[in-house]
Amino acid sequence: MSIADYGFYIICGAAIVLLATEAVVHPTAFLQVTIFGLADGAMYALVALGYTMVYGIIELINFAHGDVFTMGAYIGAAILGFFAIDESNFSAVNLIALLLVFPVVMLIMAGINITIERVAYRPLRNAPRLAPLITAIGMSFVLEGIMFVWHGPASVHFPDILPHGAAFQATIGGVFFTFKDVFVVVTAVILVALLAIFINRTKLGKAMRATAQDRDAAQLMGIDINRTIAATFFIGALLAGAGGLIWGLYFNNVFYQTGFRTGLIAFTSAVFGGIGNIPGAAIGGLLIGLIAAYSDSYIGSKWTEVVIFGILIGVLVFRPTGLLGMRVPEK
Amino acid sequence: MARLHLRERIRDRDQAIYGILLLAALLFPMVSLFVSGGSTAYIAQAAHAGTWVLLAIGLNVVVGFAGLLDLGYAAFFAIGAYTYALFASAQLGSSPLHHNIHLPFWIMLFIGMFVAAGFGVLLGFPTLRLRGDYLAIVTLGFGEIVPQLSYNLPQWTGGINAIGGIDQPWLPAWITGPWAGADNVAIIQNGSCRNPLDQTHFLPCFSFSFDPVAFYVLIVILIFIAVILVNNLYRSRLGRAWMAIREDEVAAAAMGINTVTTKLLAFAIGASFSGFAGAYYGAIFSLVSPDDFFFIVSITVLVMVVLGGMGNITGVIVGALVIYFVLNTLLPSLASTAESLANTLGFTGLNTQQGDWPGLYAEVQRMQFLIFGLILVLIMLLRPQGLFPSRVREQELKHAAVQEEASAVEEGARA
Repeated sequence: MSIADYGFYIICGAAIVLLATEAVVHPTAFLQVTIFGLADGAMYALVALGYTMVYGIIELINFAHGDVFTMGAYIGAAILGFFAIDESNFSAVNLIALLLVFPVVMLIMAGINITIERVAYRPLRNAPRLAPLITAIGMSFVLEGIMFVWHGPASVHFPDILPHGAAFQATIGGVFFTFKDVFVVVTAVILVALLAIFINRTKLGKAMRATAQDRDAAQLMGIDINRTIAATFFIGALLAGAGGLIWGLYFNNVFYQTGFRTGLIAFTSAVFGGIGNIPGAAIGGLLIGLIAAYSDSYIGSKWTEVVIFGILIGVLVFRPTGLLGMRVPEK
Repeated sequence: MARLHLRERIRDRDQAIYGILLLAALLFPMVSLFVSGGSTAYIAQAAHAGTWVLLAIGLNVVVGFAGLLDLGYAAFFAIGAYTYALFASAQLGSSPLHHNIHLPFWIMLFIGMFVAAGFGVLLGFPTLRLRGDYLAIVTLGFGEIVPQLSYNLPQWTGGINAIGGIDQPWLPAWITGPWAGADNVAIIQNGSCRNPLDQTHFLPCFSFSFDPVAFYVLIVILIFIAVILVNNLYRSRLGRAWMAIREDEVAAAAMGINTVTTKLLAFAIGASFSGFAGAYYGAIFSLVSPDDFFFIVSITVLVMVVLGGMGNITGVIVGALVIYFVLNTLLPSLASTAESLANTLGFTGLNTQQGDWPGLYAEVQRMQFLIFGLILVLIMLLRPQGLFPSRVREQELKHAAVQEEASAVEEGARA
């Protein structure tokens, strides 16, 4: 450990101590900010999982992933337009629409993502490493372009169909929260748990882990590499599509470039937790959401981005494997 | 014998492209003045495109030669531009410093270069120990932080209001003469340049005062110098060390190359070109705003480098020009082209707005993003190595593949 390392740990320690003091002095305000942070973090986590899975398996920073997320919200809004939903209060139609829109959007996004992989990444599997990066950027422009042509530059209203109003909000110990906050966190936790079970318990999950570890060896063991990689994109897009829907349901508006910023932050979360590491991405997402919320309220929202990317640089310099990363830094 | 022949051919192709580019650079101002009837609009465009060529040449050192992925190249561009803007405008007068500084452009070119290189070293030193991809992510973070900082520190950088009124470059008056041309390139403006010696008539000078032709000449000279420098670097010991690291870092280290220093040099030299380009950018627009340096700029330069052919200087220059042309001329003109095409083909109905249909012009204009994305994907799929890949590298790779195959066949025969 060098002096710089100590400096980094001292800064981190100081930040934690300051936050803890704040938590003790103004516990309700602190908890309020924490709830905002958790809801944001849950969404970042869902997107971050897609980044980390793709990076883990083909070492590609999939720039199009953030736009797959946004597109999920756009398509979700379009599908909800078919239902006679009631935005003022929660009806049976809303419930049916909600239950239907999740699987439909997730599957559509998974289909789109698999197509992207098939068209833009698979032909370049043995090309120079930067070639798929450029096609990923190109696909990101294509998706953004489609959304732009579809709805133009203005932000799109996403129907507010979750239960809301006085009956669905509560103040416990001075901390105000709504059904939406709970919904976001619970849905995200369920999805991440399902993913964890899938990755750790199923044969395909095992194949994914094997391919991520050593593609050639996995191929020798009889794993169909192309199918496994396609499955990774499929699952990543399922989560991103769900994330987009949750984003829409929570914020009730979405913009064609939403995915760009969200994607960058989600990618930061993935790196923060240790890129390629699935629980790491989930925890990283939550932590980045919390850090963003604390920074918004205690430092000022204009500094949040500087704080997040500053942390990114700090983590990579002083702890290159991320918080939970098990992968060795050299390869 | 055959190899020598091959090498000559490689040199020939690159030299042919250099020749064409040089000829085009010399003829372009005259032709465009003639074609547009004396308007300098095309020359102004070309002078802007030159900034991107410089950036692409610089990023090529990092990405193409040394194989380090830099996703925050715009940050160094911003640092160069802000360095020039701060020390050659009235900005510092309204800052906590309360004192204007007006240093000449020619000195600031070098200062901008060194400041950017310094930041490159500062960022690179702790991070270059890490493997390539982590460097990409760190530079991405840095590239996001720099423009954000210039937003957040308005007392120094002007924040969202940008820094305007930046000084124009000036030269001693004896450089201009009859050859400086007719009225449309009248650049003699005595006294308007901030030359301290001008007042005493000891060194009369003229200012560029936004003359596109002067900037065009300047950028062509800068690119010329940059190309010579980079070419020499490429053939030097350092250039070979970069290539060795790019191909196999462990083997390079085993051969006695100090990998950290070598990578740091690539990073710093790449950054210095960006600082150079930044100072020029500040001078030509006389305005530096944080909006000009976001992630999209880094991405555009990276696209230029990869699309042109990583590691090949001529390829990168062509790539930069092609992408600049597509982004600034082709895509914006597409809408009116489509409209007039529909008119000549008789589909005039397409051009009028009906219900949801906004008219062909508006629709095509909306599709610019989409078309640019498709162009990127298509070119990469058709030519994964870039438009003009480095032939040397291509041959090396092909050669290695053939050898590997041959040895595999041999082994198979033995078994």
